[in-house]
Amino acid sequence: MPRWRIRARVPVVLAAAGLLLSGCANPSTGSDDDDPTKPVTLKFWHGWSAPGEVKAIDESIERFEKLHPNIDVKATGNVTDATINQALRAGGGEAPDVVVSFTTNNVGQYCDSGMWVDLDPFMKKTGLDKKKTFPKTLLDYTSYQGTQCALPLLADAFGMYYNKDLFEEAGIAHPPRTMSELKATAKKLTVRSGKDSYKRVGYMPNFRLYQGSPDRLFAQWGPRYFDADGKSRLAKEPASYDYYKTTNALIDAQGGFGDLEKFRLTFGDEMSSQNAFLTQKLAMLLDGEWRGLMLKDAKAKFNWDVAPLPVPDDQADTYGRGFITGTVAGIAHSSKHQNAAWELVRFLTADTGQVVDLANAIHNVPSTFAALKSPKLDADPTFRTFFKILRSKHSQALPPTTNGNSYVNSFGDYSYGVEAGHEKNLREGLKELDDQIDADNLQSEN
Amino acid sequence: MATLSPPTRRRLRVLGFLSPWLIGFSVFFAYPLIATVYFSFMHYNQIKEPTFVGLKNWRYVFEQMPLFGPALWNTLWLVVVMVALRVLFGLSLGLLVTKIKSGVGFFRTAFYIPYLAPPVAATVAFVFLLNPGTGPVNEILSKVGIDAPTWFNDPNWAKPSLVMLSLWGIGDLMVIFMAALLDVPKEQYEAAELDGAGSWAKFRYVTWPSITPIVMFAVVTGIVQTMQYYTQALVAGKIASGVNIGPGSVIQPGYPDHSTLTVPQLVYSMGFQNFNTGAACVLSLVLFAIAMAATLLLMRKRSGLLSAED
Repeated sequence: MPRWRIRARVPVVLAAAGLLLSGCANPSTGSDDDDPTKPVTLKFWHGWSAPGEVKAIDESIERFEKLHPNIDVKATGNVTDATINQALRAGGGEAPDVVVSFTTNNVGQYCDSGMWVDLDPFMKKTGLDKKKTFPKTLLDYTSYQGTQCALPLLADAFGMYYNKDLFEEAGIAHPPRTMSELKATAKKLTVRSGKDSYKRVGYMPNFRLYQGSPDRLFAQWGPRYFDADGKSRLAKEPASYDYYKTTNALIDAQGGFGDLEKFRLTFGDEMSSQNAFLTQKLAMLLDGEWRGLMLKDAKAKFNWDVAPLPVPDDQADTYGRGFITGTVAGIAHSSKHQNAAWELVRFLTADTGQVVDLANAIHNVPSTFAALKSPKLDADPTFRTFFKILRSKHSQALPPTTNGNSYVNSFGDYSYGVEAGHEKNLREGLKELDDQIDADNLQSEN
Repeated sequence: MATLSPPTRRRLRVLGFLSPWLIGFSVFFAYPLIATVYFSFMHYNQIKEPTFVGLKNWRYVFEQMPLFGPALWNTLWLVVVMVALRVLFGLSLGLLVTKIKSGVGFFRTAFYIPYLAPPVAATVAFVFLLNPGTGPVNEILSKVGIDAPTWFNDPNWAKPSLVMLSLWGIGDLMVIFMAALLDVPKEQYEAAELDGAGSWAKFRYVTWPSITPIVMFAVVTGIVQTMQYYTQALVAGKIASGVNIGPGSVIQPGYPDHSTLTVPQLVYSMGFQNFNTGAACVLSLVLFAIAMAATLLLMRKRSGLLSAED
């Protein structure tokens, strides 16, 4: 073949490859010009999997379908965020119209990437005033830089479950309110068995224990993760140092990280009947409001109660605060029935009767002002403790970023090293962590 | 219709015969490779249009990604240790089962069966056996007075534990080596015996030269496979950490302390958890380059060996 012909073909082949590659790079986009009163089938993906939860959500869908006989909802449960992510990026006919995520961590990414559509135009169109409907903290964690791409579908507040019988046995009058009290109480309730094992641990601060990921307890200090320019400021945040000092002191007071980790590995699954609080291997546990219902269902063989998590000694006036997160609902960018999808999202998130019924059924905290005040809400005092935590002006959710929960993972990774005693210079380590988070965020914005 | 000249017709016929391979090569190798190179220079979150960013992704991976170093180190560590031990262990087992006189069928089956266990199931079983708190292995070791490590929960022992898991499923290599060993001509052993060769001399001068191509095959495929090591490390880390993975949470690979984080896991994490397609493509290309270089080096070495023999 003459050389000139080869030379001429190379750019043609490259141009064709480029066109092919960029053509493959765009998943389908949806449309919001559908008529929500016309017959339609909506695909609804959610993460609930326990039989009671699935029953409750199925009943919610039945109620919705009665109100909207033209809309048929095809629900798929036990779907993870990863699956939703893949499906919405790949596009195609089987992708969902309405999606539910069990974490708020990825909302920034969903809003910024356009994967979940902005709900403000739908609210405007149908007259829903979000500020009058949802508490501000919840609106904050469902939006990113002015784009409200999700709405809260019940909320989760974190508090402390404690074994009342063990407290009485040890002569402890009330649950700890400050970190110093937590340390003293935890130490008193810890019972060793042999050289490097335990019969029971008072409070296990290890970050890999069930819901005990580093961001949950850190909320008790009310930290600011980012400055006004969106730069990570964990090294500048005084709370960071006090937080690690406190968790390390808690670990040391109860026998050290190695022994506690070894004991943790003997625990059963968090959501099973072998949960360490249920089997009384732990006297106190950081957990969400759903645990109460689980303890009742499992017929716990001891008396238990709930309290807010303790706060740092120098912030005693903030007692009652806690970490807030929640389930969020949104509409897929690729949905061809976005107006109909909005009807479902609006019903699930803003209809007072629906929110109360679902909250009572699966023991999650209601996410609207009206539902929180509803007389039909479950009157159980342990459940209501979490409402107070949600309403506390000091309670805190994680700030959303365009990079999703990447910074939470980096913070978690760093914290694992600190608790294991691998981090000798906190200041330097936290500076490196800040640089890393900034570099990751910048990379995702490019 | 114009008549084709004989050389053109011949070329078309050849292309026609080659087409199944050409199609497979284009779809499963050339296109993904070109796409990976293309996206390594793009910012692309799999939703918005890709935009050209030059070498930014490359610089991010090499200068700003702290997990790249540990992941590359772990991958190379596993490549060296796991491949070497697998070849050594597989060859030893092959030699053993070809030498056994009675019950040979039983032993061959017994050594081969673990290979049939699905990787996830085998990994879960291993993590259970080696659980430092409740596992039977540590219980037995403590009864005989040995202070056992915490295996998958200790950064120093997590990788060796994965190697042990891979040695347990060595059946595939054992069978390949067994076939090669049974293929060595008997008369060469007899000639060597007549010359007074002992066991070691027979292995060194008769067995080894005959099975060198098979050893090379095992090493090259072992390197390529281990460069892609993913499932067992991810599952072992997830199960051993004891962290509950709910619908909203993300599996953070590498437990404990990134000691089991491999480059393929980082590729997945970057590409399909962070949707940082550019960085994931850079990582994939690094992996591809290393695997290619190692393979070429070994193939050159092998052709040198063969020409010396010839």
